[in-house]
Amino acid sequence: MSVTEQVFFWVLGPLAVIAALGMVVARNAVHSALWLVVVMLCLGVFYVIESGPFIGLAQIIVYTGAIMMLFLFVLMLVGRDATDSLIEVLRGQRVAAVLIGLGFAGLIGAAFFRALDGRAAKGLDAANVNGNVQGIAAALFTRYVFAFEVTSALLIAAATGAMILAHIERRRDQKLSQPDRMRARFAPGVYPGPKAGPGVYATTTSVAAPGRLPDGRQTDRTYSPILPKRELTEAEAAPKHTEGR
Amino acid sequence: MQPGSYVVLAAILFTIGAVGVLIRRNAIVLFMCIELMLNAANLALVTFSRINGNLDGQIMAFFVMVVAAAEVVIGLAIIMSIFRSRRSASVDDANLLKY
Repeated sequence: MSVTEQVFFWVLGPLAVIAALGMVVARNAVHSALWLVVVMLCLGVFYVIESGPFIGLAQIIVYTGAIMMLFLFVLMLVGRDATDSLIEVLRGQRVAAVLIGLGFAGLIGAAFFRALDGRAAKGLDAANVNGNVQGIAAALFTRYVFAFEVTSALLIAAATGAMILAHIERRRDQKLSQPDRMRARFAPGVYPGPKAGPGVYATTTSVAAPGRLPDGRQTDRTYSPILPKRELTEAEAAPKHTEGR
Repeated sequence: MQPGSYVVLAAILFTIGAVGVLIRRNAIVLFMCIELMLNAANLALVTFSRINGNLDGQIMAFFVMVVAAAEVVIGLAIIMSIFRSRRSASVDDANLLKY
């Protein structure tokens, strides 16, 4: 390993480990996704300095570009449920998992280190003599051409399956016709007109204050349910007589 | 320092992903941990390719990437359909097949 590569390894390697730990520890799923992006970018740089520029750029484009965007899309669709629950269903599961993980890491890390310690890499300079992309293409379209073709079948099957799973089918009798929709809209007990804006007839311009109906009652329909309801009590709204003090 | 240190790093990342699968309950975060394990395996494959001096490991990593993309598409679609019916992405709530 050259000095440059060592610098890259000792800067980006710990960063990747920290980001991976952050992904596991982060309570918010969006934060987890962003930590994972950091790990994937570090790995992409590793691939490039390990004389695999094609696989490194494919990592950045496919993983951080496409797959992580898909994750973020689904997170935004799932929405507020994204935070994790803190309840442990199996008691002691987290501690046991961490202990097993430490043991597993020690086992395979030590095994790999002993197997590969002192072994110099042959390097890819001979294989990359015509360029990395050309070398990969030469192997991919000769020896691995069958696997490559099967991959296309896999991708088509995955796309079709995702379309079927994401499709919402309504049965014919559940579909509402336009007259039915209009009848439901003007049915007794449903208010068809636009709702009053929040703060209308209220004593404050805050969007968290409910508006008032013509008879003076407050209505909960005028503000977003995710905002906390804010209405001062009589004592809070009364003059505080702070003048002149 | 030898290229073996990359493999040790890959082992550490793989373990973090495996522990994440064990301790997290959110299905989407579980999927991210699986992606982390696949990435660690990819790092090991690319390093093996360099140690052995041929490009087969990089091609294998490329195939792993394609399979991961297909897996993520299907998995996220399954999570979406579970979320649509149960209003939750927690794996503890999806226990309909349990009894």
